[in-house]
Amino acid sequence: MNRDPKIVAFLCHWCSYTGADLAGTSRVKYSPHVRIIRIMCSGRIDTAFVLKALREGADGVLICGCHPGDCHYQSGNDKALKRHIMLKQMIGQFGVEPERIRLEWISASEGDLFAKIVDNFTEQVKNLGPLNWKETMRPKSGEYHEQT
Amino acid sequence: MSKLNLGIYWAASCGGCDVAILDIHEKILDVNDACRIHLWPIAMDFKYEDIKELEDSFLDVTLFNGAIRNSENEELARLLRRKSKVMVSFGSCAHTGGIPALANLYDKTDLLNRVYVESESTVNPEKIIPTPKTEVEESCLEIPEFYDRVYSLAQVVDVDYFVPGCPPNPERIWEVLELIISGKELPPKGSVIGATNKSLCDECEREKKDDKKIAEFRRIDRMIPDPEICFLDQGLICLGPVTRGGCGLQCVKQSAMPCRGCYGLPPDISDQGAKMISSLAPLIDSNDPDKIKEILDQQPDLAGYFYRFSMSESYLERKKP
Amino acid sequence: MARNEESRVGVFVCHCGVNISSVVNIDKVVQAASQQEGVVVAKDYKFMCSTPGQEMILADIKEHKLNRIIVAACSPRLHEETFKKVLFTAGLNPYFFQMANIREQDAWVTEDKELATGKAISLVTGAIRRVRLHESLPTREVDIKPGVLVIGGGITGIEAALQIADAGHKVVLVEREPSIGGHMAQFDKTFPTLDCSACILTPKMNSVGTHPNINLMTSSEVTDVSGYIGNYDVTVKTKARFVNHDLCTSCGDCMEKCPVKVPSEFDEGLEKRGAIYTLFPQGVPNKPVIDAENCLMLIKEKCGLCEKVCEPGAIDFKDREKETSITVGSIITATGYKFAKPSILRDYGYGIFDNVLTAPEFERLNNSAGPTVGEILLKDGGKPQSVAILHCIGSRDKNFNEYCSKVCCMYSLKFSHLVKEKTGAEVFEFYIDIRAAGKSYEEFYDRIREEDVHFIRGKVGSVTNIPLNDEEKGKLVVIAENTLAGKRLRVPVDMVILSTGLECSDGVTDMTRMLKLSIDKDGFFIEKHPKLAPTETATDGIYIAGCCSGPKDIPESVASAQATAAMALKLISKGKVEVEATTSWINEELCAGCKLCIGVCPYNAIEYDEEKGISILNEVLCKGCGTCAATCPNGAAMARHFNDQQILNEIEGVLLS
Repeated sequence: MNRDPKIVAFLCHWCSYTGADLAGTSRVKYSPHVRIIRIMCSGRIDTAFVLKALREGADGVLICGCHPGDCHYQSGNDKALKRHIMLKQMIGQFGVEPERIRLEWISASEGDLFAKIVDNFTEQVKNLGPLNWKETMRPKSGEYHEQT
Repeated sequence: MSKLNLGIYWAASCGGCDVAILDIHEKILDVNDACRIHLWPIAMDFKYEDIKELEDSFLDVTLFNGAIRNSENEELARLLRRKSKVMVSFGSCAHTGGIPALANLYDKTDLLNRVYVESESTVNPEKIIPTPKTEVEESCLEIPEFYDRVYSLAQVVDVDYFVPGCPPNPERIWEVLELIISGKELPPKGSVIGATNKSLCDECEREKKDDKKIAEFRRIDRMIPDPEICFLDQGLICLGPVTRGGCGLQCVKQSAMPCRGCYGLPPDISDQGAKMISSLAPLIDSNDPDKIKEILDQQPDLAGYFYRFSMSESYLERKKP
Repeated sequence: MARNEESRVGVFVCHCGVNISSVVNIDKVVQAASQQEGVVVAKDYKFMCSTPGQEMILADIKEHKLNRIIVAACSPRLHEETFKKVLFTAGLNPYFFQMANIREQDAWVTEDKELATGKAISLVTGAIRRVRLHESLPTREVDIKPGVLVIGGGITGIEAALQIADAGHKVVLVEREPSIGGHMAQFDKTFPTLDCSACILTPKMNSVGTHPNINLMTSSEVTDVSGYIGNYDVTVKTKARFVNHDLCTSCGDCMEKCPVKVPSEFDEGLEKRGAIYTLFPQGVPNKPVIDAENCLMLIKEKCGLCEKVCEPGAIDFKDREKETSITVGSIITATGYKFAKPSILRDYGYGIFDNVLTAPEFERLNNSAGPTVGEILLKDGGKPQSVAILHCIGSRDKNFNEYCSKVCCMYSLKFSHLVKEKTGAEVFEFYIDIRAAGKSYEEFYDRIREEDVHFIRGKVGSVTNIPLNDEEKGKLVVIAENTLAGKRLRVPVDMVILSTGLECSDGVTDMTRMLKLSIDKDGFFIEKHPKLAPTETATDGIYIAGCCSGPKDIPESVASAQATAAMALKLISKGKVEVEATTSWINEELCAGCKLCIGVCPYNAIEYDEEKGISILNEVLCKGCGTCAATCPNGAAMARHFNDQQILNEIEGVLLS
């Protein structure tokens, strides 16, 4: 990849964001290309957020929630899982490799795991190459059309 | 009162929108009384040259239906924009890409191959595919360029109003025309007119369950759905929840078909398909990843189903080339 | 403040000493922030959370008429509340604030300074984009119901209940066993003072039993908790006791006549009890219950001897399980621990050889009210000549519990002393490290060493009964390595005591679900903050005391009980509490009544209004997860402070640079 990958990570406040903070307090180093966005629950993640991130230039999107059965809001992570699987089944139709989106369960005590997953996912996204979705929106040469 | 100068044009479309205008029946005579029609290719004979001759902003209103598929569509969109005071994006294709924009899930070369080479009814042993310019003896033949993807009208020119629908409901068309003819104050620029802000479920009278669960996705061609019960409660994907109302329930009530989403996305929603996933997925009656996949496998073309009319105006807009 | 008012953003970047600034180029972050649309001021400071830092923000809000504030510093989990208070002081709505986490999630996890700086700029840009759309949210106040629920009747729960009750407030104490007392009631002596456990515990138990402010519910378990801080609705299930405690006079005749004999849980199976029994003789309440699984009358409708001998007629075979609903303002969780029973026990001959005991079994053996009336005897009734005490069984072991159970070293030392004192036997302590950090603990260790106990540094590999010489015949042979001497050892003894560690108690999963608590990898409840809020949890109004948050000795458990009592009393004395305003809401103008949100709400906070044909959200029940907002197909259900546009803007922002 000729540029650093861009990854957006949505982390639920109670487990995963706390886990990511723990990675920090434990001074575990991981790939710096991930941009964390905090939401209260993985059930809050609208599939539109994932697609928006890809459109705005993300090469990969990571969603982290509490482990099944541990959701602070009982079952938000179940909803996240179903949306995620559905999006993965669809995204290939847009020519986007399903491996660019990933869902992981990270508990508040799994700072190490969070760091490992970020590193592993970054590597995976790097291997897929840049997505450059915004650039692909621009018309091909020959189309005299100009974007308004 | 002087007559309104009106233009009606079709770009990449099936002609259904034009027919829908005729479906206002005898009221078309009122339109004729109030307007002078300067362009309407499907109904009357005019030349593009005549439009080019008009002063800029000469047309009071242009109803533009159809998506932007090729350079001719775009040229006319730009021309009519220049010549019109009010540009109305009319029908699903102009609004959000419509059915033609489903082709955005394929590459241009695949499309041309399919149509000119592979299709069963085609005899083209030399595999000739049309190109914008073809050199022949003594001249060069030019046809419009087929674009790499389909655009909505608003992605190409500035649009004042949007009338959604595939096609728009004739009653709504008449309301829009009446509003324009009346000379009353028009809604703010950029408004969707002829549709409601609430989703279709608001009008739908089918009985809806409180706790919806989908254990299997069913297909409308393999069953006779209960006419009184919400399609989702019967395992049929209905896009009504993510679609504006105003269509008069033509599919849902009159044809007993689930909504396919032609009235477009509700005001605060930015991606109809993504929203459909967000709304529909939680209803799947299993938390087991394998079982969820199995249920979803019953619906092989999610993108086609969820973006049937709104591909151009979605976040991803098209398949990655 | 109107939504459309021009936003004037102030960005404050914290160095956190050198925690952030040694990795992130603060100047570059400040400069990048100042170029963002809507940013009026961008500044940095050594410690933003300090008083001068806060005053700087205050002054800038006044001077530059700022209406949106960003602090780029540590995690919002640490200081979001601190800075929200600054906004409040300045007369701004506290929700016009956003933190960019550039310490825990950037400076501390990134080595490359340039990339760390770039990441900080992205996070700050996302925050700026987001904060401009923040809306003023009203603070909600709720009344605190005065009652407190204490779950668990060990020393911790007892102490917490007594403190609150003594302050004049009502407490419901729920204990699943027939008596309160917990593990402490099983012990004879406590380290390092060697006070008699019963002597210090039973008075407290009696106070609980007779306290007018304490509603003691034994044989009971909490089965459902709903509500929120100040207003928890709790369902308690009480097992059928089959003895009417109002009529029972505690004469004990029924227990004498009961023909059934089953192992006593309280005596760790070393003694038998009847089907009608009290947990132990000093139990509170000191009235028997019938164990339905073993009572002949209840399983076969034969016997009924207890009913015949009971003069007051207290036996009631028709008794049934009861459910009680209570409402309380706060909940103290004191569910304690259980002794570990790792599979490794078998390697040490446990369950195979007589005279291999776990720590709780030895506690009973040594207890003057126990099966041997406190005499330390071998299974055959003889006195042990030599005893080995094996430390860290299942603790500090990657295959079992990685953590140190904290109390085992000290109770093992106590065991040595008791064995020496009562039997004069030779005692061998096999340890990894002796951990004696605590008041008078090191002194206690010194004292035991002077009592001629052999301390052998090394973990025991196994215990065998196969002798290699005459000396080992008929003995248990402890095979270990003395790691200080670098020698393999075989030590023949008569008795082996396994110092098993502490584990979270059974039923933690249910508690986690009901109370919305998080557990760590070992199953203990996670504190709100490990240092600064060790007895609070992520759920407001729910506190954790004693061993349910990790192994503790008795003084620590009691101190944490008192701390939670103070937290509960603080709520009661305030009477009201501010709760999060970040609930969801439904825009009636958009709701089409599709009902999709109803089933996804985990709190049943959304109902369908037939008349209006739309969904109505009860904000008191809503906890603000936002699942309804993600599900709502047309944007009618919205999550306050986490609405679509705010999140979409943040996405744009973090991807901008």
